[in-house]
Amino acid sequence: MATLQSLDIRRRSASTETPPQVRQAPVEVAKLIDVSKCIGCKACQAACLEWNDLSLSQPIGETNGTYNNPTDLTPASWTVMRYAEYENGDDLEWLIRKDGCMHCADPGCLKACPSPGAIVQYTNGIVDFVSENCIGCGYCVKGCPFNVPRISKVDNKAYKCTLCSDRVAVGQAPACAKACPTQAIYFGSKDDMIVHAEERIADLKDRGFEHAGLYNPPGVGGTHVMYVLNHADKPSLYSGLPDDPSISPLVSLWKGVVKPLSLAAIAFAGVAGFLHYITKGPNEVSEAEEHEADKLAGDKRA
Amino acid sequence: MSNDKRDVSRYTTAARINHWITATSLILLALSGLSLFHPGLFFLTNLFGGGQSTRAIHPWIGLVLAVSFLLLFVRFVSLNFWKPEDTVWMKNLGKVINNHEEGLPELGKYNAGQKLVFWGQSILILVLFVSGLVLWDVYFYDATTIEQKRIAMVAHSVCAIAAILIWIVHMYAVIWVKGTLRAMTRGTVTRGWGFRHHRKWFRQEVGKP
Repeated sequence: MATLQSLDIRRRSASTETPPQVRQAPVEVAKLIDVSKCIGCKACQAACLEWNDLSLSQPIGETNGTYNNPTDLTPASWTVMRYAEYENGDDLEWLIRKDGCMHCADPGCLKACPSPGAIVQYTNGIVDFVSENCIGCGYCVKGCPFNVPRISKVDNKAYKCTLCSDRVAVGQAPACAKACPTQAIYFGSKDDMIVHAEERIADLKDRGFEHAGLYNPPGVGGTHVMYVLNHADKPSLYSGLPDDPSISPLVSLWKGVVKPLSLAAIAFAGVAGFLHYITKGPNEVSEAEEHEADKLAGDKRA
Repeated sequence: MSNDKRDVSRYTTAARINHWITATSLILLALSGLSLFHPGLFFLTNLFGGGQSTRAIHPWIGLVLAVSFLLLFVRFVSLNFWKPEDTVWMKNLGKVINNHEEGLPELGKYNAGQKLVFWGQSILILVLFVSGLVLWDVYFYDATTIEQKRIAMVAHSVCAIAAILIWIVHMYAVIWVKGTLRAMTRGTVTRGWGFRHHRKWFRQEVGKP
């Protein structure tokens, strides 16, 4: 997405400047995806392609002839329905999950990004890629705990769900939520979505799904896309949704201590050299040594 | 290059060209790599035409370095095997740092410090090359998993910083030890320089017919 003046920025990649803080978004938004109400119709996928103008100039992905179509997220498919067959005792359950960016409160992509302002987090919680600043390095791919960003071969830039930040900025719900025929996708303030999820979870528990629950993983500070899962004790049943996602310790190491320590070490090496030179001075060949060397060379060559 | 009969030849023209291609590519790699390593250094991408082109060009310079350094390695490896006098030299590093080399064993073409620079850069550049291929998404994205890319990222960053630190030591040694730079610019050193720093090598050179 492009930079939107109507949304204030809370965090900006590779930047140390203080973000503006006087205007505060009244609410943090969230999308709630109730997998128990999803019928797998892909209306959300179609709406996403249409609203974001994704399908006109490039292939949206590949199909393998199953419902998993396209088979994965791509630079032009920011959301895909993932279908998993789960044998629960004698029951066969068809677990359908709408995959896409989770809009983490603590976004690994933003932490990893080296390009100032290529990834921003708005005060309403949406994490957005500002494509004109993206350099295509793929660091966001390494930072993301959910394997969401995709780098385009067309322009070497990273793409993912924007949570329709352009629609949200003008008070509209994301295209997928608007298109969903069963209201499996809700959109509103995060607080309201949690309250609504609790009602849905109580209902699911009444109907025998004793492990029904809300997926709002604390390892990434919570997310602004949440799921109601009928098996919340085993999120990985849903086509590999991470059970306990967090930013990889390798990414934290790389973007944490390694960064300042490295610059300090380089600065130290420079200062140490300078101090050595002004205290010990240069290492020079003396006249006597030149003379000795001449003698040695002369003797040998005579 | 110089016709002064007092000059002692240290590096052939081919070796000097090989060295300076390596040096140039290493400096360009350090600048472009650091620009994507720390936000405070992102402005260095301007030297390469912006962020996108920095990202695109860095691995190609890496290929130049890898080939150039491999040739340098083949050229110098036999002179860089560790000798007993190198251990003595290392134990007397304090004297060396204080400009009191006298009394230390006579050395061949390279001292222990130079050998450590050689082996350090050899190992680091090997790791940088392999991890760099893992991170070259444009061509090799599908070859590795994301977790492998994360490991490569940390290895690439840490090894690059270590290589830059060794490069600083290498540079400072040239500033500190007068008469050294001309070995890589003109190809020769003075007799006194050979006598003072690498006497065993100097004896061999002047003993040649």
